[in-house]
Amino acid sequence: MSIVRTPSAAEEARGRTGRKPSAGKRAERRLAWLLCAPAALVMVAVTGYPIAYSVWLSLQRYDLRFPAQREFVGLQNYVIVLSNQYWWQAFWVTVGLTVVTVAVELVLGMALAMIMHRALVGRGLVRTVTLVPYGIVTVVAAFSWRFAWSPNTGYLAETFAQGEAPLTDRFASLAIIALAEVWKTTPFMALLLMAGLALVPDELLRAAAMDGANAWQRFTKVMIPVMKPAILVALLFRTLDAFRIFDNIFVLTGGAQGTSSVSILTYNNLIRGLNLGIGATMSVLIFLAVAVIAFVFIKVFGTAAPGSDREGRR
Amino acid sequence: MADIVLDKVTKRYPDGALAVREVDVEIADGEFIILVGPSGCGKSTTLNMIAGLEDITSGELRIGGERMNDRAPKDRDIAMVFQSYALYPHMTVRENMAFPLRLAKLDKQTVNRKVEEAARILDLTQHLDRRPANLSGGQRQRVAMGRAIVRSPKAFLMDEPLSNLDAKLRVQMRTEVSRLQKNLGTTTVYVTHDQTEAMTLGDRVVVLRGGEVQQVGAPQFLYEHPANLFVAGFIGSPAMNFLPARVEGDRLHTELGELPLTDRVRRLLEQAEAPRDVIMGVRPEHFEDAALVEEHARAGGAVYRGQVDVLESMGSDKYAYFSLGGERASSAQLEELAADAGVTDLPSGGGQLVTRLSAASQAREGERVEVWFDPDQVQLFDPNSGRNLTYQGG
Amino acid sequence: MAVIGGAETPARKAKWALLDVVVVVYALVPVLWIVSLSFKTKGTITDGNFVPREWTLDNYQEIFTTTEFVRALVNSIGIALIATLIAVVLGTMAAYAVARLDFPGKRALIGVSLLIAMFPQVSLVSPLFDIERALGLFDTWPGLILPYITFALPLAIYTLSAFFREIPWELEKAAKMDGATPAQAFLKVIAPLAAPGVFTTAILVFIFAWNDFLFAISLTSTERARTVPAALSFFTGASQFEDPTGTISAAAVVITIPIIVFVLFFQRRIVAGLTSGAVKG
Repeated sequence: MSIVRTPSAAEEARGRTGRKPSAGKRAERRLAWLLCAPAALVMVAVTGYPIAYSVWLSLQRYDLRFPAQREFVGLQNYVIVLSNQYWWQAFWVTVGLTVVTVAVELVLGMALAMIMHRALVGRGLVRTVTLVPYGIVTVVAAFSWRFAWSPNTGYLAETFAQGEAPLTDRFASLAIIALAEVWKTTPFMALLLMAGLALVPDELLRAAAMDGANAWQRFTKVMIPVMKPAILVALLFRTLDAFRIFDNIFVLTGGAQGTSSVSILTYNNLIRGLNLGIGATMSVLIFLAVAVIAFVFIKVFGTAAPGSDREGRR
Repeated sequence: MADIVLDKVTKRYPDGALAVREVDVEIADGEFIILVGPSGCGKSTTLNMIAGLEDITSGELRIGGERMNDRAPKDRDIAMVFQSYALYPHMTVRENMAFPLRLAKLDKQTVNRKVEEAARILDLTQHLDRRPANLSGGQRQRVAMGRAIVRSPKAFLMDEPLSNLDAKLRVQMRTEVSRLQKNLGTTTVYVTHDQTEAMTLGDRVVVLRGGEVQQVGAPQFLYEHPANLFVAGFIGSPAMNFLPARVEGDRLHTELGELPLTDRVRRLLEQAEAPRDVIMGVRPEHFEDAALVEEHARAGGAVYRGQVDVLESMGSDKYAYFSLGGERASSAQLEELAADAGVTDLPSGGGQLVTRLSAASQAREGERVEVWFDPDQVQLFDPNSGRNLTYQGG
Repeated sequence: MAVIGGAETPARKAKWALLDVVVVVYALVPVLWIVSLSFKTKGTITDGNFVPREWTLDNYQEIFTTTEFVRALVNSIGIALIATLIAVVLGTMAAYAVARLDFPGKRALIGVSLLIAMFPQVSLVSPLFDIERALGLFDTWPGLILPYITFALPLAIYTLSAFFREIPWELEKAAKMDGATPAQAFLKVIAPLAAPGVFTTAILVFIFAWNDFLFAISLTSTERARTVPAALSFFTGASQFEDPTGTISAAAVVITIPIIVFVLFFQRRIVAGLTSGAVKG
């Protein structure tokens, strides 16, 4: 059936969803681009070009101590790095530290988030105090831990074995590094999880309780699934962050006793060894590893990349 | 104070969408006028054009005889109340209400006097130093009103000012707004999608649909003489019943049986060159339990006999629902109304009849009952254009 | 989680109070330890006691008389402030566009900033080291400010666009109806509402720049641009044979103070800022 005046309604509907650019839209775009341009330029100039340049460097023999020998060598640097046991040791140390610290942080962070979210007393105090580890300079915290475990100086040095220096033992060192890392970053994890907790409506938990779920079931069957997106985002952030671990190792052991992470190894080759070609190769490899981790999180676990959900909301 | 004239006012967005088409309305000085219609009908756009928040594509807007098209909002001397109230969260109630006066560079004493006067009228005196965040919904709403009245503008514009309140408060504030407007005598343009607000508040109502004016008139006139299916279905609650019908000679075949066409109706149909298939509209309140209608009155009317599906007792009266076999009346305008009410996907096979019976009715759910109605109260519509074939202009 | 609007019995309160204590101890012990070290005398610094037996300000006196630390402190403050200022200004502009305007390329911008937020910083060190040496930026303030801005921008854009989305923009219209010019509407209504978000973002960006260590030791080589975290790792004390523990601790405490102050004063805002950017939706 046809009725009068439908066209205007249809036109209106089309206008609201239509994508055809118009004068007003064009002005809006121009303004948006102008506003974004400086930020985009800086970000691309300081990352985009160097990344490309670093790929280029990784294909060259380029040692600042022997600048004359600079030449294009193809994938030779990659062969050198990937067949080097120190690289693989550092790689597995990094992976191990990442897995252990993130796992511990998730558990501790969840507990801390619960405390911050539900504490009957001193909620403000807990939230404030929690921010101290987040805010403190990593190097400062690392020194605090180093001095704490140093023989004679430290209050913790003789906790496990008398007369030994924990930071000269490989596993003790790794444990201390993990401890320092967990201490520093658990609060951040907890804050992200707390924001997720806030998204779980109390009513939902009450409903679950009415349905006969005990506290543990409410936690695992209701809270965790509802919080899952927040948990995944927190895990993604922390995993990528943990993979670049540098400050704590640098201060605590300097990478001695086989405690180097890939970042430490890269730094040593680059700044101490001045071997730009090898350093750049490692940079590219770390970048690839991080890309794989991000890909796994986003594709396999279905982590919603922060910001992606924003598109629809204006 | 001033009159407001919209002269063929049109809004076309830069991307070509037509939001408002040639709206012609003359609003008298001191009049309370309502713009009503479903969402997307262009009522808010029209209001924003009067406010100066949106440009007018073509046509002319005059306030107090002066052309306003190219004036900035601040130079139009009109105040607006927003749906979200738009209170400045970083200012106290006093500062919120004083804001327009301070912008107008009034001296401090005058500002204080005016704010306190407005606060007294709106019963906000004890809240003057609180922030909006610490106020209840009703109080916020009153602050928004206060900010509008404090500078005695030429006109008030109100964009669904009550829709964020809960039902009870809404009814209360409705009376409040009405009283305030009467006392101040300020020209007011009020936008709403709620037909009850439209009926109760306005001196006149403008019904909009798809950016076009459907009908302008006093609430009672719109109720009694809707220009088309859309207005008929939009005004009145519960909504008018619409049933397919067929004109045969001087009789009308409907789901409610065969009805005689009164002389008045027949004359109107002839004048309108009506098609044979029409849509019959009859309001629920035009029915009565036949048992309660006196014998001599019954003779002039028609009776429908059916089984009561659902009976809702409202205390003051009863709503009896009947399921009708046959098909539902179908028309694009009716579908639009259904879509706006969000009832397009309700599982109702055939048509439904709603009747409002007096509380004394003995009708029960599941039992058969006779309802009486006056065929002269029936309105007939053209299913294609939606036009009211029995419309008597005014 | 066991508590669903549970009653505030004394036993419950005690349980929570105990948990509070655990958290406080957890968070503060390493900080208190380094504070304690900074007040220990040279003779007692190796006694391993958590609380100093003898208190002294010598360590503080010493670091403030060495140019090594003072210069690093000036570098740290200057570099962090400038980087914060620029990142917040650029971030505000971009975040406004992201939050309020519709334009093609928005997705790309969000994607790029997300990439950078997750980017392994060490991967940038190699090329930047070489590029900055070629451009003469190595071991200068701009040489550090640039990467700081870059890595702070994603943080700034996320946090600010989340804040901007919360602003009821209808207020802009309301102000115009109340007789404000566009400039007045912005200055008297929008700016006061946006300020807390901008301020919070500035704190987060400042903390980030203040904290950085990797760029600071990789892209500097002298006191010219070395910031405190980097300088700390080169501290040797007054003479080469002296144990630098005390002075490192004192310096560490000095650069921790501003952070603690921020945290104490702006706890609520920092929490809001950190969480709004990451988890909303």
